[in-house]
Amino acid sequence: MKSSHAHILVLEPPPIMIICGDQFLKNFRLLKAWESQLPLDQFLTIHAQSVQALLSSGRYSLTADILQLLPSLRLVVTTSAGLNHIDLPECRRRGISIANAKDTYSEDVADMAVGLLIDVFRKISSADSFVRKGLWPTKGDFPLGSKLGGKRVGIVGLGSIGQEVAKRLQAFGCRISYCSRNKKPYVSYPFYSSVIQLATDCDVLIVCCGLTQQTHHMINKDVMLALGKEGVVVNVGRGAIIKEEELVQCLVQGELGGAGLDVFENEPKVPGELFALDKVVLSPHTAVRTAETLIAMCELVKGNFEAFFSNKPLLSPVVLNN
Amino acid sequence: MESIGVLMLCPMSAYLEQELQSRFNLFKLWTVPQKPQFLKEHASSIRAVVGNAAAGADAELISALPKLEIVSSYSVGVDKIDLDKCREKGIRVTYTPDVLTEDVADLAIGLILAVLRRLCASDRYVRSGAWKKGDFRLTTKFTGKTVGIIGLGRIGMAVAKRAEAFNCPISYYSRRAKPDIQYTYYPSVVELASNCDILVVACPLNEETWHIINRGVIDALGPKGVLINIGRGPHVDEPELVSALVEGRLGGAGLDVYEKEPEIPEELFGLENVVLLPHVGSGTVETRTAMADLVIGNLEAHFLNKPLLTPLV
Repeated sequence: MKSSHAHILVLEPPPIMIICGDQFLKNFRLLKAWESQLPLDQFLTIHAQSVQALLSSGRYSLTADILQLLPSLRLVVTTSAGLNHIDLPECRRRGISIANAKDTYSEDVADMAVGLLIDVFRKISSADSFVRKGLWPTKGDFPLGSKLGGKRVGIVGLGSIGQEVAKRLQAFGCRISYCSRNKKPYVSYPFYSSVIQLATDCDVLIVCCGLTQQTHHMINKDVMLALGKEGVVVNVGRGAIIKEEELVQCLVQGELGGAGLDVFENEPKVPGELFALDKVVLSPHTAVRTAETLIAMCELVKGNFEAFFSNKPLLSPVVLNN
Repeated sequence: MESIGVLMLCPMSAYLEQELQSRFNLFKLWTVPQKPQFLKEHASSIRAVVGNAAAGADAELISALPKLEIVSSYSVGVDKIDLDKCREKGIRVTYTPDVLTEDVADLAIGLILAVLRRLCASDRYVRSGAWKKGDFRLTTKFTGKTVGIIGLGRIGMAVAKRAEAFNCPISYYSRRAKPDIQYTYYPSVVELASNCDILVVACPLNEETWHIINRGVIDALGPKGVLINIGRGPHVDEPELVSALVEGRLGGAGLDVYEKEPEIPEELFGLENVVLLPHVGSGTVETRTAMADLVIGNLEAHFLNKPLLTPLV
């Protein structure tokens, strides 16, 4: 194997590299574009002409323009599950393979969604704060929460994450239904083709879908009003799936019962009006940030590159549909 | 039934008070200026006592109420009631099983997630504005971790069922292994603690289970282990627990109960790997209403000579 074949181009460091360092890829030569003073197109023209593999952070847009500067590229490994940042038609045209995070994150994200839901319903963070302020002996009883069993939970997006959420919440006696682009053939949960219909028939909405043009601001005031004054929204997808301004308004005005949010439109900015509400639980986008999952992701990335460079099948290939 | 004296031991539910007041001659012990004087005046008309997790009919109270026929507890835990004395005197005892099972089990899982994923600490992190300066640290995954349950009764089984949905292998300790249960049995709590990541206390409090979580068990659970107590405070040797947490010998704890509620050791307030709740296991509107209805239903059944709904004695 020529040493140039084992080069991996990295345009910007993915979160796993920022947190764990790059030791997990020590058997490869990393071309770190962000460390160069050169503008990207020059850097690629000079250094990346024979590079066959690229590690994507899941954020930096891999446009046709950039791909054009990488004539030898045959593989993109992205640390994300989503592929919005990659020009897929161009990759298909060029025969560039893609490997992604597959469902490495799904369990952690589902756990977070369930954790946020229980926290909102049972006021866990609020009660913990009450206790730590020394209020239990003085103020006496803490307000009652709401029972989870029997509640109707609408899952927005029944992909890998949505299905893990559904499986967990069924064990709590929740009644699951969902909306999705298409009805899923082997799933017995009731399907809704519109999120507003789903909200009308549910007590809780859990946003588990990806961010696309269609899902942008999909959860808006109408949906929240349909969910109702006791309704709870949990978001472990992307901030922009919810129209944040309207979410804040509904919560402040009592049109919505509560929210558990791991993502926001302008992270790390969080609307200050939410800080005064104890029916809201806030999380700093940590749904996938567990030690176990980060290690698993490093292993998956390494494994994909090793497979590629030894002509073996990728561990988590993405199938590009026509 | 308005002449029947019912003594309520402490405030527990406005709804229950109202309902009792409308049916019986309700005495509220906490409003009484002088307890001995009150008992002298009214003891002979009191035929029922309503207590809860915090206050029950102990030997002293039972002796002071010669006409006591029934103790109806607004709880499933009856450790504050002198059951032997009740049996001896033919006093009936009712409690509130089943209706609160799901809420308590839900809370146990909520505590596990809150501790492992640092939900409360990260909520505080966002609210303080700290997220603007940097990301929160890595937390610990729950799915797939081994959950050990002490006491596989109604609540223990409900916790197991929920944890299984997170692909958690389940193991347990109880006085005897249960023949039809697929979970792994350990004949001692120390062995259970040595072999699980998260230990949940879900058994009743009695002489055998007092301080069942002691230094040995805490050491066995270890610096990565997490203790969840949804039982009773005295299940745990609290000073040992506190020093283990402060010294990092125990990985974390989710507590809903304490040895001397509502007092909580202040050393715990500074710890991020601990979640502290004010005994809210059954604390939902739906469940507390159901519990109150059971208390009333049991009392009515008794005084109408009908079978009790949820008798213990």
